[in-house]
Amino acid sequence: MELKTPLYDAHVKAGGKIVPFGGYLLPVQYETGIIKEHMAVRTQAGLFDVSHMGEILFQGPDALENLQHMMTNSFKNMVDGQARYSPMCNEQGGTVDDLIVYKKADNDYFVVVNASNKDKDYAWMKAHQFGDVQITDVSADYAQIALQGPKAIEILRKLTAEENIPSKYYYATFDTEVAGMPCILSKTGYTGEDGVEIYLPKDYAEKMWDSLLEAGKEEGLIPCGLGARDTLRMEAAMPLYGHEMDDEISPLETGLNFAVKMKKSDFIGKKAMEEKGEPTICRVGLKVVKRGIIREHETVFYQGQEIGHTTSGTHCPYLGYPIAMALIDKNYADPGTILEVEVRGRMIEAEVVALPFYKRG
Amino acid sequence: MEFRAELKYSQDHEWVKEEDGVVTIGISDFAQSQLGDLVYVNLPEVGDEVVVGESFGDVESVKAVSEVLSPVTGVVCEINEEILDAPESINEAAFDAWFIKVKDVTEYDELMNAEEYEAFCAK
Repeated sequence: MELKTPLYDAHVKAGGKIVPFGGYLLPVQYETGIIKEHMAVRTQAGLFDVSHMGEILFQGPDALENLQHMMTNSFKNMVDGQARYSPMCNEQGGTVDDLIVYKKADNDYFVVVNASNKDKDYAWMKAHQFGDVQITDVSADYAQIALQGPKAIEILRKLTAEENIPSKYYYATFDTEVAGMPCILSKTGYTGEDGVEIYLPKDYAEKMWDSLLEAGKEEGLIPCGLGARDTLRMEAAMPLYGHEMDDEISPLETGLNFAVKMKKSDFIGKKAMEEKGEPTICRVGLKVVKRGIIREHETVFYQGQEIGHTTSGTHCPYLGYPIAMALIDKNYADPGTILEVEVRGRMIEAEVVALPFYKRG
Repeated sequence: MEFRAELKYSQDHEWVKEEDGVVTIGISDFAQSQLGDLVYVNLPEVGDEVVVGESFGDVESVKAVSEVLSPVTGVVCEINEEILDAPESINEAAFDAWFIKVKDVTEYDELMNAEEYEAFCAK
């Protein structure tokens, strides 16, 4: 039984094609189609319902130490309102989930996790907590709306005062308002574009959604579904749990070294990572040389020898050619290397290229 | 949604037109709307044999790949190379963007007329 987000009725009304995802019923696209939705985010602005994401609070005198122990990144020296991305690992160094930790204030942290992992994460956190900390799943109280694209901030300015908008990427304003509604305004996203994510009490979700769409009419703001969210994150080479990482894949293999602080005194998974040493596989970007589309779970070859598998792949609407990400033997990971990927019995040539595929100018 | 009266349709959502012993095949407007934005098409080569109910090519949207099943058995005598370079033309005009032409047809799938097919899609 899938849950509905507070915006379900709005999606149906807007012609959203509804599919089950992460335990929720969400639009994969609207009548405009994935390509137009993708292009709107790259050139103007798009609006996403991401209310399926989970929100978990870490509060109390030992909140920071619990985060330091459970996550691979470090959250010391963060200022109030700052956000930091981190994997959360198991004892074997595999990835339980990847998430964002916001520091609201001392001893008060707001953690955002993937929808499909929320229950697993919460159980994991509760099982590993220590000292004086309250860990609370508040997902059911929150809706989340992402406003993304080069025009996103311009649209937002019509609905809130400039000082409410975080000036830097990965910063958030807590206890603020947009269009008169209480919310957390975070300068983050999953598209590779400028924009914000708005966390708000679920009862305001539909009114906020409508207010944003209305305010962004002139700028070409349109609602976008999960399909465009996926192609946008792929073009920006952002990893997705269950694809580029899972319980067996270490964040070092995914290439998330920046978020794994091996110098930290200890964290869950550190010992296993040290024992394993330098990973022998790594995540690469592939660009199809001729024709054909590569999807996930295809086998990758170098001169007939199997060297790994793809984790995501699609046709990129903005770049205009097919791309894929793959986990392969790192000896074949240099940009320019020509590999082959087997797709339904046919070999498709692909070139290793530097990540990200797309970076905004 | 368009259902062209002069065409016949298969349960797998291909449209079929027969003219002077040559059968032209494409996918229906309903099929393209269900598939979403198409970005890649794979077609057989001229001279290849196609068989009723078997895949002769595939279409890929941004999200997924779908096989195109042949509504006839015969030999491919022409392919529409334009759709290889412009798969979006199938979304724009599914009944003009034909896929293949087949000759020496020995077998037909059970086909519906436009009215029957429209009712079939509404199910």
